[in-house]
Amino acid sequence: MSIFAHHAPVFIVLLPMTASLLCMLFSRMSRNLGCYIVMASIVGAFASAVSVLQQVVAQGGKAIHYYMGGWQPPIGIEFVLDPLNSCLAVLVTFLSMVISLYARPFVKDEDWLHVGGYYTLFGLLTVGLCGMIITGDVFNLYVYLEIMSLSGYGLIALGGRKSMLAAFRYLLMGTIGASLYLLGVGYMYAITGTLNMADMAQRVAPFMNSPLVAMAIACFIIGFGIKMALFPLHGWQPDAYTFSHPAAAPFIAGLMSKAPAYALIRFMYYIFKVDNPVVHSALNVIGILGIAGMLIGSFMALAQYDLRRMLAYSSVAQIGYIAIGIAMGNVYGFIGAVLHIINHAFMKSALFLVTGGICYRFGEVNIYRLGGLNRKMMFSSVTITLASLSMIGLPPTAGFFSKWYLMLGSYTAHEYIYIPVLVISSLLNAIYFFRIIEQMFVQREASLTEVKPPTTFLGLPWEMVVPIACVGIGVLVLGFCSADIVVNILKLGLPEVFVK
Amino acid sequence: MTIIDCRPFLAVAVSMLAALLIAFTGEKHRNVREAWGALAAVTKFGIICSMLPAVLAGDAYEYTLCQITDTLGLTLRTDPAGMIFALLASMLWIPVHFYSIGYMRCNQEGEQTGYFAAFAVCISACMGVAMSANLLTFFFFYELLTLASYPLVLHHRNQEALMAARKYLIYTLISGQLFLVGIIAVYCIAGTVDFKAGGILTIDMAPKWVIQFIFILMIMAGSVKAAVMPLHGWLPAAMVAPTPVSALLHAVAVVKTGVFAVLRIIGFVFGPKLLSQIGLIDLLAWAAALTILISSLMALRQDHLKRRLAFSTIGQLSYIVLGASLLSPMAIKGAYLHLVAHAVMKITLFMCAGAIIARTHRNQISELYGIAKKMPYTMTCFTIASLGIAGIPFFVGFISKWNLALGALQAGKPIFIVVWIASALLAGGYLLPVVQMAFFRKDPQEGIRKYGEHSNCMVIPICCTAILSIILGVIPDAYPHFFRLATMASQAICAGWTGGW
Repeated sequence: MSIFAHHAPVFIVLLPMTASLLCMLFSRMSRNLGCYIVMASIVGAFASAVSVLQQVVAQGGKAIHYYMGGWQPPIGIEFVLDPLNSCLAVLVTFLSMVISLYARPFVKDEDWLHVGGYYTLFGLLTVGLCGMIITGDVFNLYVYLEIMSLSGYGLIALGGRKSMLAAFRYLLMGTIGASLYLLGVGYMYAITGTLNMADMAQRVAPFMNSPLVAMAIACFIIGFGIKMALFPLHGWQPDAYTFSHPAAAPFIAGLMSKAPAYALIRFMYYIFKVDNPVVHSALNVIGILGIAGMLIGSFMALAQYDLRRMLAYSSVAQIGYIAIGIAMGNVYGFIGAVLHIINHAFMKSALFLVTGGICYRFGEVNIYRLGGLNRKMMFSSVTITLASLSMIGLPPTAGFFSKWYLMLGSYTAHEYIYIPVLVISSLLNAIYFFRIIEQMFVQREASLTEVKPPTTFLGLPWEMVVPIACVGIGVLVLGFCSADIVVNILKLGLPEVFVK
Repeated sequence: MTIIDCRPFLAVAVSMLAALLIAFTGEKHRNVREAWGALAAVTKFGIICSMLPAVLAGDAYEYTLCQITDTLGLTLRTDPAGMIFALLASMLWIPVHFYSIGYMRCNQEGEQTGYFAAFAVCISACMGVAMSANLLTFFFFYELLTLASYPLVLHHRNQEALMAARKYLIYTLISGQLFLVGIIAVYCIAGTVDFKAGGILTIDMAPKWVIQFIFILMIMAGSVKAAVMPLHGWLPAAMVAPTPVSALLHAVAVVKTGVFAVLRIIGFVFGPKLLSQIGLIDLLAWAAALTILISSLMALRQDHLKRRLAFSTIGQLSYIVLGASLLSPMAIKGAYLHLVAHAVMKITLFMCAGAIIARTHRNQISELYGIAKKMPYTMTCFTIASLGIAGIPFFVGFISKWNLALGALQAGKPIFIVVWIASALLAGGYLLPVVQMAFFRKDPQEGIRKYGEHSNCMVIPICCTAILSIILGVIPDAYPHFFRLATMASQAICAGWTGGW
């Protein structure tokens, strides 16, 4: 095995981290150098993630353990890459790669401090997300959670005047979430005396009935709930998504809520195991919150006229999908939740990429002023349409498949309540997404001022068109490949509870 | 015997490809653009016909393109039932394509590129629906059809079209989601969603009320597109679309997909035996019977020609639903035959209506005095098709109605024959006045009226379908062998089941 392949797990985190920490230095030397280095490092991280995924799948799903500095767990920290999280690492690094390209036109005219600062934060956000996903140590997860959050606050605050308040609000709530998580880790350490996830999973089993465990689970649910904007803990999210830096919004909206969702899955399915009554009632709580989020988020989305805000509320609803998938506690629910993490990351990024493009060119994103967009920005309109269909869950776009598995999960779990909720939510989605499609393709052309007149015939600089096209096509490709993802990757990485 | 062959997918892909080519060719080279459509239409019909001999011999072509979920594939399979629909839609696409060219150019409609592209996608989806081998593939193409026909309804881009398109989406998306729930339930109960003649569910798989519930869900989904009352509201509204759209989509593709869904659900998912055990089927039969009568009565009071035809469509579609819900071999055969018969007749009627609108710009029946003088061929074809709808012998409508009536006797429910007779009389009542108006009333302002240009592109397709409706009436088993296919389909569905006679 080559050195690269052997150390690939750590490169996923190490490369972007080194590059972003050095970014300011290089930016001082030459304005764009830092940004190129961060971009190159993310490409490297993507390559490492792909290589890890290949190795894991080639091994038939056996997890790769990477010990930091050669220290064996439970004393040392380890990265554990099973098919599930290496797949998510590929997702994160891929989106990070295309969005880092997308951000170029936004920062092109800024001075070195802003370019360097932006890419430092962006790189660190990638580091935080990847680290959270691949780590095998609960305290290490906290560290990455904070890296993710801090760089997220920064990127949100970069958006402009109103974004300060949004970032500060998120900072307050996010800190509560992170502290609750840390508290939960404290309880777990008190019970088990270990911080390694695999170790903890074994040692916690006899204590599952102790109230401390219930307390820890509650802490985790609220902590991650805040971070993933699970209803009713989503208060920070609409403002944060609306006012964040337009170039970073696709990344923030697409992925920042996904890593905590994944961490929640890790805890529920791999550490606590879903087959005991305490976890079962915890899952019920998540399920109820998920249902409420799906319905209320969609209703709130109907009432918005700012496209970004509408998408933000739609995210609250979509996080509900993931939550009910987690709450079902069976194989299909699990697959549905994970698949929806992947699909939703793509769809929401696609939508925010286009929104950012509209914002870049016209300086405003009012839903009722999108008329005639299909003529001005053909590519972007097609991408919005595809992503919208996927949001509604119509075949053959990606969103349909997660809905299929979620429905299957709720039928096999005999929790039929989720089925009508999924149907109603799809229909509500249809209302507000077809409203946009109607606006773009049917309504009279809106008179918008061109802030940045187009330089290419597609209406946007190529650095923005390429990511939009990539992610837009990705929505379709994910749809057609979803069977492969499920059979060849997710089913290899099922939690032990389902395998026995 | 099953032959593994990718031809079913080729048939779907041809018009998808055509749609892409049409979109990229654009308005500048409109003759090239229309040539793509024509080429695809003929190729598609050729591909479907090439599969016919084997299907008639009892074989089936099957191909799985890819997996869509962990256990289900995107599979197409040509059984006799699907073959009927595939043949029908691909055959009628050829005249409608040429007719569309004439109509769109005569009326100088805008957005023609989008129109032809969406049209081609619709036909693709239709092929997929016809040949899909399992419920999930069926659902895929069913939803694709909804999406592709949405821009066609919206074609005029005005307020009325917008409202009609919204109404259309509301009906079809809701029904689509219910259908999906039904599919999930069938999958969980039966462990498979592959169509099997005679049904995949049996009475011991689940409690009776569960099966009844699933049946209602799925039939409702089919009934929305089949416009069974009270779920018909979208159809008259959708008549704002250009007439060729009404002709193909609302007489052949969309609504027939709905009816075809009902036939698939009854014949290939639940099966006659199970349905007679769980009851409920009479409910559907009566809903269909009432739809036939009420819509015929409503058609009588419409003065707008296309709306009158729309209500007539609603009634005629319910013939098929009623035939399927009688569950006897003859009735099911009649249902498949009426699928063909109604398509041929109604497409002629709609194309005539479109020709009248394009030429005279008159929509109201009360204004159509004396137009037969100006448009003799068109109005002759209109007459032929009207007589067919009324069920006069030697026209295509008669054969199917005869079989449906026999089916009612076979099922031991002769009361429904009364419905058919009443509706045939009513059909005469709402269509023949149009003929009388056109042929025998004099236009008081004849001298000063201006008429639009005459287009062979429109008249020839109309004549073709009118002649087809006579040929199929005299020789029901003429070339595409619809009669034999329908017999094979009904025998397969009713194997060992005689309908309780």
